[in-house]
Parts: sequence; structure tokens; C-alpha cells
Amino acid sequence: MDAEQRTSYWKRNLRLMAILLVFWALVSYGAGILFVEPLNNFSIIGVPLGFWFAQQGSILTFLILIAIYVWRMDKLDKEFGITEYEEEVHHS
Amino acid sequence: MSTVQVWTLIFVAITFSIYIYIAYASRVSTTSGFYVAGGGIPAPANGAAIAADWMSAASFISMAGIIAFSGNGYSGSVYLMGWTGGYVLLAMLLAPYLRKFGKYTVPDFVGDRYSETARLIAVVCAIVVSFVYVAGQMSGVGVVFQRFLGVDTTVGVIIGMVIVFLYAVLGGMKGITWTQVAQYSVLIVAYLIPAFAISQKLTGIPVPQIGFGQIMEELNGLQADLGLAEYTGAFTQMNMLNMFLITAALMFGTAGLPHVIVRFYTAKSVRAARFSALWALFFISLLYLTAPAIGAFSKYNVLNDIPGTAIGSEPEWFKSWQDVGLITVNDLNGNGLIDVQGGLGDAFELAINNDIVVLATPEIAGLPAPIIGLVAAGGLAAALSTASGLLLVISSSVANDVYYKRINPQATEARQLMVGRIAMGAAIVVAGYLGINPPGFVAQVVALAFGLGAASFFPILVLGIFWKKCTAAGAAAGMVAGLGTTLAYQIWTIDIYGGSDGLFGINEVAFGAIGMVINFIVTIIVSQFTTKPTEAMQQLVEDIRYPGRSELVAAHAAGSLDDELLHDDHGDHGDHGGRKDES
Repeated sequence: MDAEQRTSYWKRNLRLMAILLVFWALVSYGAGILFVEPLNNFSIIGVPLGFWFAQQGSILTFLILIAIYVWRMDKLDKEFGITEYEEEVHHS
Repeated sequence: MSTVQVWTLIFVAITFSIYIYIAYASRVSTTSGFYVAGGGIPAPANGAAIAADWMSAASFISMAGIIAFSGNGYSGSVYLMGWTGGYVLLAMLLAPYLRKFGKYTVPDFVGDRYSETARLIAVVCAIVVSFVYVAGQMSGVGVVFQRFLGVDTTVGVIIGMVIVFLYAVLGGMKGITWTQVAQYSVLIVAYLIPAFAISQKLTGIPVPQIGFGQIMEELNGLQADLGLAEYTGAFTQMNMLNMFLITAALMFGTAGLPHVIVRFYTAKSVRAARFSALWALFFISLLYLTAPAIGAFSKYNVLNDIPGTAIGSEPEWFKSWQDVGLITVNDLNGNGLIDVQGGLGDAFELAINNDIVVLATPEIAGLPAPIIGLVAAGGLAAALSTASGLLLVISSSVANDVYYKRINPQATEARQLMVGRIAMGAAIVVAGYLGINPPGFVAQVVALAFGLGAASFFPILVLGIFWKKCTAAGAAAGMVAGLGTTLAYQIWTIDIYGGSDGLFGINEVAFGAIGMVINFIVTIIVSQFTTKPTEAMQQLVEDIRYPGRSELVAAHAAGSLDDELLHDDHGDHGDHGGRKDES
């Protein structure tokens, strides 16, 4: 990768991270804590929604966020022609 | 011997033989194999190992009870969100970059990226956090043996020590990793079977995550009838500020715990490190999505069956836990009935120990004895897998970061390995002693370990990767400030010492999040006024951000880089055995 490609790779990585971390904060600190009371007026499978986010929804969302990250990073690497993966990284 | 004990013995014997066989089959003869399993573990296996390493006796045995019985349901969400949310941070902010850096331990990264002073502070943090944690695991092992096999706690802990010694010392990280994969399988099967059965029995729906919705309204109603706060009600027990800060402390603490981070060094490649985080959270969420359901089911059963029952005519499972003193009934009003008006706990007529909820679930649901034995084996697997991961962190910190890097850099591979094994043996003895004579506050201190992890490691790891100009003096000052303020606040507010209400009623665990912010601020400010990292170091930090081969990272990993290029303070890596200040 030349310098220009590096900058662009890093910027896209950071943007992806920033977007995913916004959702990470929204489901846990937002839906699970800050807005739990208004959300509890609705319900899902018989559980008040805010409570459900705090005990189930946030965990499911975390899983989806990491899956999206892993998938998008793979795509990004492919776009930049990265092929290191078959060789292992060694330790000192 | 009762049927339950026979089945427990059978399951324990079978599973322990498997663990030891695996350790024997994957024994190692290199330091890289011993510390990081040669860095060759495929992502799904690495993820299962992280899950087993991470889910301790506290997750397996105590969490469902803490959510349902010591809390009112909602307040226990801090553990669910906090302990899983940290993996999002690990996957995106730390795992791939630390793997590319390619070191053995967290202090190793800190020492290489910053300075020898920072390395020593990190070694102390890692050892303190790990010992605090491991003490709780060993005493958990003792409790399971005592309840299910009827042996003395001390004997139980010693059996646990011998088993861990056999597979950890023999196989090192490689043995531990594959053993943990087996232990994960045992613990998750043991956790899910009773959960599915009890959900089917109570709601007619075998999936506990859905079944628990069916009883929520009734449970809220039951709690209201008995004068307890609503199960799903928000902030009845813990205010919003503490909910916020505790969740944050557990999230950032997870991302700062040395025995979890070291797992990303065992991954095969940078890509495998990313996938390991995904697999880890997947395996963890199988248990974490089930725990709140088990808690709710148990509380529903207990509140349905017990209040108003005449003393002496309680169900069998109730009596058997009463016999070992983990359920206590105290007829305060002397009417011969168990009343729970106003609450549960020591000050009320009925007190239920949090730790029995998961272990008692099969009995409450009337499941057969083999399943009870399986659950006991699962609890042991959870405790022993975490204990072995922690012991490895302790021994690698001593053998690699202290002995090899500081005392004897010329040590041969065989000698380093021997020192690692001796350190492991010594750590097991100390852990066993702490397990037999637990400091009375183990449960509290385990939660505190997270606050300390968040306040000490997380900021300097993230800044070390994302901020090239973060300096050694900044990191050292930040760690000291974060850890110092957090420890001071915890000692000031924890019941057995200061017992103070603290500032704004902030809980002792919650303060870890504030300690972390202090660490960030101090690191950034001090970095402005101290010597910037060398050009080569800044280049190295930049290189770990990109996949693909980098000459610099490769040379660094091979140890062929001149230290003076990376650090202004010569004598790094213990070449002269002495230490110079980084500033």
C-alpha cells in the first residue's frame, strides 16, 4: 500500500468503527438505561421494551455489531488486496 | 452416598480425565507454545477458549441469582450489558492491533510501546488483578465439591489445585486452550439443559429467552402482591448514575483484563483475532441470554411456592439447601409461616444465597439426578478454566516480563520455560491458599478487579494504538493516577474498610469508570509536555494499523530491531539489567 492508500484504508476503518460504536452506546446506555422508562411503555414477547433491551436486546445487538465489523473489514482488506491471512503473524 | 453424589462423581471423573488427556496430548516444549500456544489457534476454538476463560464461577453459578434475588431484576442488567459490551470494544479497538504487535503479555506490549517503568507498573497491575480474581475461583471449586460430594472445602480446593497443576504446567497455554474448549462444551451443555427443561415445564415453550416473556407479567404481579418492587421496574434499587457508571466500568474493565487480552495473541493472524472476538461473544451470549431467564423462572417458582408455606412443610429441594445453610428461614413474627412481606434477605423472614439459584434449578424443576451431576461438573469447569487462564497470566508476567526481560535476558528457551513452570506452580499454591482461606470479601473484590482493569489498562492500550504521540511518561503517570484514585476510592467506600457513602453516592465498582477517565486525562496532558516517542516507534505504531506485511513489525517481532531506535532510554529490554527513568 502506498501512503495515499494507507490514509484511505485507515479513514474507512475509523469511520466504520465510529458508526458501530454509536449503535453500541445507543442500545446499552441509551435504550437500556437513559430511555428505559419511556420504552417500558411498549413491550416485546411480553417483556417491557426497555427492560428487554437491558437484558437481551443489547447483547444481541453487540453480537450483530461485531459480525458487521468482521464482515466489513474482510471486504475492506479484499479491496486493498490484502492477502497476509494465510501466513501467520509471528511472535517475538 | 446419594444418587446425586454418585452421578456427580461420574461426571466429574469423566470430564476431568478428558481435560488431563487433552493437556497431555498438547504438551509443549517452547516458550511461544507455553505463553501463546504458538499463536496458532483457529478462531472458533480460540473463541470458545475465551468464553470459558472469561465465564468464571461467578457467571455460571452466581449471576442468575444476583439478577433475580439480590436485585429486583432490572438492576442486574449492569452485569449483562457490562460483561458483554466490553467485547465490542475489544474487537474493534484492541484485538487486531495487539495481535499484529505480536507479544506474549499485556505488560510486554506496554513495556515495548512505552518504557520499562511502564512495564513494571503493568506487571504489578496484572498480577494484582489476576490474584484477586483467582481466589474467588478456587473457593468456588471448594463450594461445589462440598455441596455435591460432601467432602471438606479444603480437600475440594486441593483436588482442584492438583488438576489445574497437571494440565496448566504440562501444556501451558496450548494445553489450557484446548482444555478450555472442552470445558466450554461441558459448561454450556450443563447450563442450557436445565434452562430448556424448566422453561418447557413452566411455560410450555422450550426456548427460555421467549418463555421468560410469558411469566413476566405474572412475576410483576406476584412481586407487587408481596410488597416487593416491580421485577421489570427501572431504578427501584439503583439510580441512573450508578447504572451508567457500573455498566461502563464492567465494559471497559472487560476490555482491560489481562487474561482476556492475552487470548488475542493466541490467534493465528490479525483476521483470526477479529473473528475470535466474534466467536467469543457468540459463545458467551448463549449463557448470558439464558441467565436472566433462569433467574426469573427461579424467582417465579420460589415466590409461587414458598410465601405462606408452613415452616416444616417446604418442598424437598428447599430443605436440602436449608440443610447446608444456603437458604435460611427466620420466623420473625412467630406465626409458623414463611412471610416475605416487604422483602427477601437477612433482615427478612426468608434469605436465599445467590449462588444456589443455578445449582438448584434442576432440583426445583424436578429433573433427574444425572442432570444435577452435570450441572455440578459445569460449575467446576467454569471455575477451573478461569483459574487456569489467570494462573497463566501470573506465570507469564513473572517469567517473561520480570525474569527474561529484566533479570536474565540471556536465558535459554529451556530455562525460561522452567521459570514459567515454577512460577505457575507457586501461583497455584498461593491461589489454593487464598481459596481455602478466602478474604471475607472475595465476591466484592472480584467486581472491584474490573474497576481496576478499566482504570489501569484500557486507556493506555487504546492510546498506545490510536495516538502515535502518546508518550511513555504519559502512560506511566496515567496508569498510576487511574489505579491510585480508583483503589483509594474503593478502600474508602467498601463496607469492610471505610464504609463511606463516597461522592454523590457513587458505588465502589462504578468508580472504575471515573478512574478510567482520570487515566485518559492525565496520560494526554503529561504526553503534551514529555519527550515524544522516537520516529521508529511512531512508524511502528502506524504500521500495526494496516494489515499486510510490514518490514518494521516483522523485524520488531523477530527482535532484530535496535532498541535505541525505539526507545530513547537505552538499557531497555533489560540489556543492562538496570532501569532508567523514561522522562
